[in-house]
Order: sequence, then structure tokens, then C-alpha cells
Amino acid sequence: MELPRRNPVTRRWLALSPAIVVVSIFMILPMIILLVFSFMEADPYGGVDPGFTTEAYVQILYERDFDDLLIFDPVYLNIIGRSVLLALLATIGCLVLGLPVAYFIARQSSRTQSLLLYLITIPFWTNLLVRTYAWILLLSSDGVIEQPLKFLGVIDESLDMMYTNGAVAVGLIYSYLPLMVLPIYASLEKLDFRLIEAAHDLYADRFRVARYVIFPLAAPGIVAGCILVLVPSLGAFIAPDLLGGGKKLMLGSLIQVQFASARNWPFGSAVAICLLALVMMMLMYQARIASKRRRETGD
Amino acid sequence: MAKKKIYKIGDYPGLTGWTVFFFAYLYMPMIVLVVYSFNESRRAQIWKGFSLDWYVKAFSNDDIQSAALNSLIVAVIATVFATVISTLAALALARGRQFRGQAAVTGLISLPLVVPEIATAVATLSFFAVIGFKLGLVSIIIAHTVFCIPFAFLPIRARLQGMDDAYEQAASDLYANDWQTFRYVTLPLMMPGVVAGAMLAFIISIDDFIITLMVSGAGSTTLPLYIYGMIRQGITPEVNVISTVMLVLSIIFITVYWFVSKKAEETG
Repeated sequence: MELPRRNPVTRRWLALSPAIVVVSIFMILPMIILLVFSFMEADPYGGVDPGFTTEAYVQILYERDFDDLLIFDPVYLNIIGRSVLLALLATIGCLVLGLPVAYFIARQSSRTQSLLLYLITIPFWTNLLVRTYAWILLLSSDGVIEQPLKFLGVIDESLDMMYTNGAVAVGLIYSYLPLMVLPIYASLEKLDFRLIEAAHDLYADRFRVARYVIFPLAAPGIVAGCILVLVPSLGAFIAPDLLGGGKKLMLGSLIQVQFASARNWPFGSAVAICLLALVMMMLMYQARIASKRRRETGD
Repeated sequence: MAKKKIYKIGDYPGLTGWTVFFFAYLYMPMIVLVVYSFNESRRAQIWKGFSLDWYVKAFSNDDIQSAALNSLIVAVIATVFATVISTLAALALARGRQFRGQAAVTGLISLPLVVPEIATAVATLSFFAVIGFKLGLVSIIIAHTVFCIPFAFLPIRARLQGMDDAYEQAASDLYANDWQTFRYVTLPLMMPGVVAGAMLAFIISIDDFIITLMVSGAGSTTLPLYIYGMIRQGITPEVNVISTVMLVLSIIFITVYWFVSKKAEETG
């Protein structure tokens, strides 16, 4: 068999075309439709009605009373605020838990490193729904955590850990922890340990070594890890839904509800566009830091 | 006499303990889930005794069987599509000279990785609503193919980038035509990357929940959707059983993937 005799440029674009076409039609085009939907009128039976309006965006901040007056209504702003706050909390939690572990792994022999990395990636590739569900078994009243505490007489009544912001945060941290450890490990792995020895020789104590040697070297990984955790946490659906019981709404659940049961597609689209805008800003910020760093180090 | 503690450079007190705690946090929920899937009690989180009854019950449940079949159909078809599309794209991007638009195309292919899943989910749903496409297994397969592409693409491209193109040049020198070079030299060499990419795509598709939730129709319930429905109705031991089965399958899969990609590294 002979490949068609075309010049390499034509052949290259021919090979790329299925990927470009599929992603453009089923990813880019839907995003554009979402943007258009966010400026249309809601159909009470789901879907949209033709007509341009910014009502959906107004609705994020205001409520209309009977006289059609706009009244500031912080309900949705609260949800956005809670999402940002919980996402930040999850990111900080992942960083605090993950940074020392990434450093620990980077110091092991290459065999141990490989084994520990494998153990960290396993949860990442297992079903998120299932992993979050497992936390219900742990946190619920009379659950796996409370039973022994009650038996030992430490507590008499239920701690009511489920359906709280704390439960959602624990679930989010658990969901995205590997995404924090892996990039930090990647930047620490290349760390030249002679730098630490040199710092000690120059009378730096352990704290100073961490502050002035290890931390700056881990910084690119920390930034990447924070973005990787922050982005999916902002739009998370499973953890707030299962562990927040639908009472602690976050952006992801708010969007889902608009398309599923509330049947206000334009409003759901508008919230989704806001989420996308937030994510884009964070990614651009990270890209700027990365390119600045490249210029500085001259790579 | 106790050994005198020698200060090791770069060591921090509590580092090992912290790491142990970290892994306990990571694995405790999964272990609890597996243990409780063998619970005899009807109340899922109260331990009564060891029993396999709930396994028998879950496996003979018709709804679970059809949900599992749906998941399998979607994952296999989406994996095949995503792997073929990604292999072609990886070949075009990792072989030959750099070209204008290379970064843009790579960004486009990786787009499903950076867009929050919920946004992809509602955007895809809106798209199907606009073109009047009936929601069902086909719409799920289309959506899965799109977000599986970057997961298949990355390992394949990594493999190609790690490969020396001297072999391909040698084949050309020995009068192999382009097709023969690809068929007998490039393809066998890149195969570990293709297998790894396909496995990642498969596991991502089998596990997906939120996008599937939005683009599924009546009669196209997949396993994660079924589990979600069960959790909403209340925790039963049957949920623990199916969750454990999914967990174990994922772990087996990712372990095989780990060894395949390690082999690829060693031979690459």
C-alpha cells in the first residue's frame, strides 16, 4: 500500500484534521452556543426563547420585585463567594498536606520514589464519585469515625460532620490532592541537594534552608499545583452535592441545577460563562508567570 | 546506649510522620469502602459481620448489569475513536519540522483538560439541544470521545518525542516507502505509547460522571449514574459493593498502565 503522494505539509494537516474538527465542533462550538444562550430569554419549559437580553447576568446580582424594580440580592453572590472561598481552602489544604510529602518523595531512592508516586496516582485514576461516597461512610452520624468515639465515650451526641462547609472542603482536598503533589515533586526532583549542603556550610539553619533554598526551587511546581487544584475545585459538583447535601451550593451545582431541575438555561449559561472567565484569568496568570520565569532563567 | 542522633542535612523533624499521615488520609476512605462492602448488615455503615450476600445481590441486579454494559459500550467506542484521532495528531505534531500554528493546535487538543467539566457538560447539552440531537448512548459516546482525546494524546506524543527518528531514516535509506516505514518501524516503536493512551482514555470514560449526567437520556444510564442514583436514595450495602468493584477495576487498570508505560520508558 502506498500513502497518497502529497507534500508533507498537506499530509500533516490531513492527519491533524480529525482532532481539529472534532474538538472544534463538539467543544468550541458548544462554548459559543453557551455564550449565546446566556444572552437569551429563558423558556419556562427548559431551553431558550429568541430575543437578546442581559437579564441572566442581571439576575446574578439583583432580584426583580413586583414593580419590576431591581433589588440587590446577594443569594447568588454568596454562592460564588462560597465557591471561591472553599476552592481556596481546598488549595491551601492540598498545599499544606502535599508540599512536605513532595519533598519527602524527592529525597528517596529512585525505586522508592517510583513506588510512592504510583501510590499517589492510584486515587487520581479511580472514580471520583466512589471516592467521595466513601467519605459519607466516614463522616455520617453513626459513621466509621463517630462509632468508636461514641463507644469510648469521647462524645455522646453526633458531631454532625456531614452537610457542612468543612465536609465539602475535606472532600475537595481529597479529590484533588494528587494534582498538588505531582507538579511540586516534578520541580523538587531536579533539586540539586548540594545547594542545601552549601547553605548549611554558610551557616543557614533548617528554617532558612526551607525558606531561601527549597521554597524558591519548588515555586514553579507550587504555582502549577495550586492552579490545578483551584480550577476543578471552583466548578466541583460531586463533593458539594454529596457531602454538602445540596445545601452548601457551589458554582458547579448551581449551574447543574439550572439546566436540570430549575429549567433556567440562560441563567445557568451566564453562571457557566462567569466560571469560564474566572478559570481563563487564572490560566493566563499562570502562563505569564511561567514565561517570565523562562525569560529569567534563560531556558 | 541509645544511638546518638545524627543530624542529616536537609532533613526535617516529622517529615516521615507527615508522609505516613498523608498516605493514611489518601487510602483510609478506600479501605473502609472495601471492608464495608463485605458487611452483612442492611445499614451500610454499621458493621454486623462478614458476608458475600450483597455481592450476589448486586451481580444479579438487572439494572446494574445493563448500566455496566452501557458503560462498557461507551468506553470501548470512545476509546477507539479518541485513540485513532490522537495517534494521527501526535504523529503530525511530534514528527517533522516545527510549524506555524503548532502551539495553537496543541492547545486546542488539550482544551478539554482545562475547561471545568461542568462547563463542558452544559455546553455540550446546549449544543445537542440546538441541533435537535436525541440524547442517549450516541450523545454520550460523542462527548466522551472529545474529552478522552487529550488523555490519549499526551502519552502517545510523549512516546514519539522520546523516540529517536534514526530508525525511520534508516528505513528510508533502505528503500522503504513512507507506508512501509510507518507500518514496520514507527508503529511498532510507538505502540507502548498508543496502548498507554488508550488505557487512560478508557479509564477516564468509564469513570466520568458529570458530563454523562448532562448528556444521557432515558435508557442510557451508565454505572456511575446508577451509583449516583442509589446514593441519593440512601446508603445501602449494594452501593458499597458496586463502588468496590469499580475501585478495584480502576486499580487493576492503572497498575497495568503503570507497567506498560514503565516498559515503554525502558525500551524507548
